[in-house]
Amino acid sequence: MASRPQTLYEKIWTAHVVERRDDGTCLIYIDRHLVHEVTSPQAFEGLRVAGRRVRRPELTLAVPDHNLPTTPRVDAAGRLLPIADPESAQQLDALRRNTAEFGVDYIDATAAEQGIVHVVGPELGFTLPGTTLVCGDSHTSTHGALGALAFGIGTSEVEHVLATQTLLLSQSKTMEIRVDGTLGFGVSPKDVILAIMGRVGAAGGTGHVFEYTGEVVRGMSIEGRMTLANMSIEGGARSGLVAPDETTFAYLKGRPMAPQGEAWDKAVAWWRSLASDSGATYDKVVRLDATDIAPSLTWGTSPEDVVPITGVVPEPDSFADPAKRAAAQRSLDYMGLTPGTAMQDVAVQHVFIGSCTNSRIEDLRAAAAVADGRRVADGVRAMVVPGSGLVKRQAEAEGLDRVFVSAGFEWREPGCSMCLAMNPDKVPAGERCASTSNRNFVGRQGPGARTHLVSPAMAAAAAVTGRLADVRDLMGAKL
Amino acid sequence: MQPVTSVSGTAYPWGAKNIDTDIIIPAHWLKTITRVGLGRGAFETVRAQAGNVFDDPRYAGAPILIAGDNFGCGSSREHAAWALADMGVRAVIAPSFSDIFSGNAFKNGIVPVVLPQEAVDRLVEVAKDQPVTVDLETMTVTTPYQDRFTFELDPFRRQCLMQGLDEIGLTMAKDTAISKFEGAVDEHRPWIGSRSGYASIAVNGAGRT
Ligand code: SF4
Repeated sequence: MASRPQTLYEKIWTAHVVERRDDGTCLIYIDRHLVHEVTSPQAFEGLRVAGRRVRRPELTLAVPDHNLPTTPRVDAAGRLLPIADPESAQQLDALRRNTAEFGVDYIDATAAEQGIVHVVGPELGFTLPGTTLVCGDSHTSTHGALGALAFGIGTSEVEHVLATQTLLLSQSKTMEIRVDGTLGFGVSPKDVILAIMGRVGAAGGTGHVFEYTGEVVRGMSIEGRMTLANMSIEGGARSGLVAPDETTFAYLKGRPMAPQGEAWDKAVAWWRSLASDSGATYDKVVRLDATDIAPSLTWGTSPEDVVPITGVVPEPDSFADPAKRAAAQRSLDYMGLTPGTAMQDVAVQHVFIGSCTNSRIEDLRAAAAVADGRRVADGVRAMVVPGSGLVKRQAEAEGLDRVFVSAGFEWREPGCSMCLAMNPDKVPAGERCASTSNRNFVGRQGPGARTHLVSPAMAAAAAVTGRLADVRDLMGAKL
Repeated sequence: MQPVTSVSGTAYPWGAKNIDTDIIIPAHWLKTITRVGLGRGAFETVRAQAGNVFDDPRYAGAPILIAGDNFGCGSSREHAAWALADMGVRAVIAPSFSDIFSGNAFKNGIVPVVLPQEAVDRLVEVAKDQPVTVDLETMTVTTPYQDRFTFELDPFRRQCLMQGLDEIGLTMAKDTAISKFEGAVDEHRPWIGSRSGYASIAVNGAGRT
């Protein structure tokens, strides 16, 4: 059957259609399902009430992350330490009980493999190219870095997937985001995705699936690609994809849950066939030249509010759209910023290095390179929260923990931490945080908290200078 | 989901307008880990008032609620439908509903019955001392006084309610197609269904706590 050229998205979609309905919606098979403690209790409850079982428990993996405090989980004698907040403790306990009852694999908070779902899936090889992968969490888009069609779902859908291993979906449009050129000195994948957010806008990708292409993306590690895919949702897209290539295969080979032996060879052969065909068309195309991208950060309360670190707080009147003008004014009031102020003159009280955007080993290496031999500025609380126990262990083997600790950073246990105010790690009202996470929404890091999204290296630079700083100046000083 | 072909019995003769989901279930109940038990929090602020309809012994456990315009407006929380279901409500009669609430109601086996304001006024009167019947077969609401009001429902949703098919149930009815698909996956992409062993890592499998 001669077929027209297809995009990566179309190929994965087509390979997962169980049934197409007259109205065009499709019953799509779900290959992988990640579960955490916050959005799953009512889904398991629903199964229990209806007397249903989990259709394919072996395709689901559960791990606690959102509620979990990032303080030590066991005492010196190895005894479990209690969780102070009774509601968090209850949700964590429910996950443990539900997974045992329904036969779903579960990684306990005390295991080295525990971490943020979106860090754990790829590093265990649970996430694979060409799969459909869902989780009751919007940043599931992260897994698209490996070429998985991955997106967040609600609690009713979590239940639907548990019971049927499928979802009823309509096909999305596609948007190619092509980044060519070469990245400048001190410019990281986080700066690239912030630049993309600034260009596409927070709602620009609505109804679309992004595919990141171009030489810059091809040259990125899987960690870097995950930083891009992670924030697809901030641009309104439910998923973001990168075509699997040699970098992907090298990353996955030998991971505990990845295929092995003959199955591996067969899998790689199929994965190679997934890349978008030449001549395939997208509904929209956005092109960026990496040469134009500087280390960047956000000034407002939407991820699209991006400026280069050399920039200034914008004037609300500079926005053509009246709605945006009003939103900018509200953002500046909330952020406590005056238009025209140089971003580098803004002092911070908190620095958070972590979250599913930037808590992998490369992120920690980049931050440690800046922190090495320096001290966290007076009046700044800086914390580093590895994305998983395995990342933590790796970082400790490389001595990164000692770099951070001797510079005055806190070195904590894995979890979502200060990315969202759901566990004890919060930014107090009115205080300012340079954060490597993905959302600078009002109250996201705590009621009244002021968030600036930055790369890991930029976060470390903010920690040691006590203000939003251009990491290139610090890197230059050490050369 | 239990099939619903008719709902018959006492009805809360309430008739209040613009009941938002925060009134149905206040926000502080959302931290729960279950969808059962929310009946205790249902209409908490209303029930704090003396003489409210929900604590009137004549209507205790009524399966029908009669309300005013725009029932279920406000936040999209599915907890509102969970709370009503938990208190035993199987049908709500009102002149109009918020879209999100009526979607959530269907998903949880609650029939949202839209009737004109005059019919709702009449039912509030009758329900004070008489039972009400909502019948999905004939698509009518009737009372012992020979009242007979017809209503409409989306045919697909009506079928779901009458056959006890929630969305999950509907998909489960496609078991053959899903199993066939899984068979093909096992053949062409065998690594999907059989994950590699992971004895080396700390994963708690079935049956372990
Ligand atoms: S780290 Fe933040 S964004 Fe990522 S899953 Fe946790 S809460 Fe969500």
